Amino acid sequence: MVTVLFYVFATLAIGASIGVVVARSPIGSLLFMVTALGAIAATFVLMEAHFLAAVQIIVYAGAIMVLFLFVIMLLNLGHDYERDLKGGGFAVLSFAVVGGMAGLLARQLQGAGGDAPALGAQQIQAAVAEYGAVGAIARPLYTTYVVPFEITGILLLVAIVGAVVLAKRDV
Amino acid sequence: MVNEALVLSAILFVIGTFGVLVRRNAIIMFLCIELQLNAVNVAFVAFSNLFGIEGQIFVFFVMTVAAAEAAVGLAIIISIFRHYETVDVNNFNLLKW
Repeated sequence: MVTVLFYVFATLAIGASIGVVVARSPIGSLLFMVTALGAIAATFVLMEAHFLAAVQIIVYAGAIMVLFLFVIMLLNLGHDYERDLKGGGFAVLSFAVVGGMAGLLARQLQGAGGDAPALGAQQIQAAVAEYGAVGAIARPLYTTYVVPFEITGILLLVAIVGAVVLAKRDV
Repeated sequence: MVNEALVLSAILFVIGTFGVLVRRNAIIMFLCIELQLNAVNVAFVAFSNLFGIEGQIFVFFVMTVAAAEAAVGLAIIISIFRHYETVDVNNFNLLKW
């Protein structure tokens, strides 16, 4: 059952991300992206990462995609439906590059997690049973990984200041 | 499940790379970069099933970096749009020879 659902959502995610690349207008591309994010969140649920699935929906689909939507509407894009896929030799070249990349990835991933015992899943299930879905992530985040967490806060501060300065009318 | 998730991650990453390479609209290129970041998140979650909760924590950091990148990148796109009245990267040829 879980595997079947995983295949359904994986197919949805792949189809929607192809839609992101081929959609003609930026709005259509963005809506395909929201669909892909929802499908990826569903695969997170199936992989027992419930809190991350919620964060994916709330932060990614709810905040970041709306930011993109604001910018698309602010710039009033999407009226000039000219073909903006690069044509000719470049498309063939990039198709070859991407195909090579896909081949290499497939080679690397062949049996990557094949017969390794799923120790991580047991650990995570024990932590979730003891501290709950949020606590299982929050405990290591605020103890072992507290320094990267603080650095992330500084990164967000810099990004806020940078965005305000860059988008100001007369710098 | 882990193997399927890794394959899904690879496919999404490749689609995102192709989008960055072939589209000319700067905003859609950004969306494709977000798609690549999401592909990496899928791989992290899959590996957290094998090696422990650290994978899920790193997904948090990736999401934060994605948010920061979106904010700064969209600000850059807005300020470029004020100069050129377009977001088509073909017109940004100041550094081309």
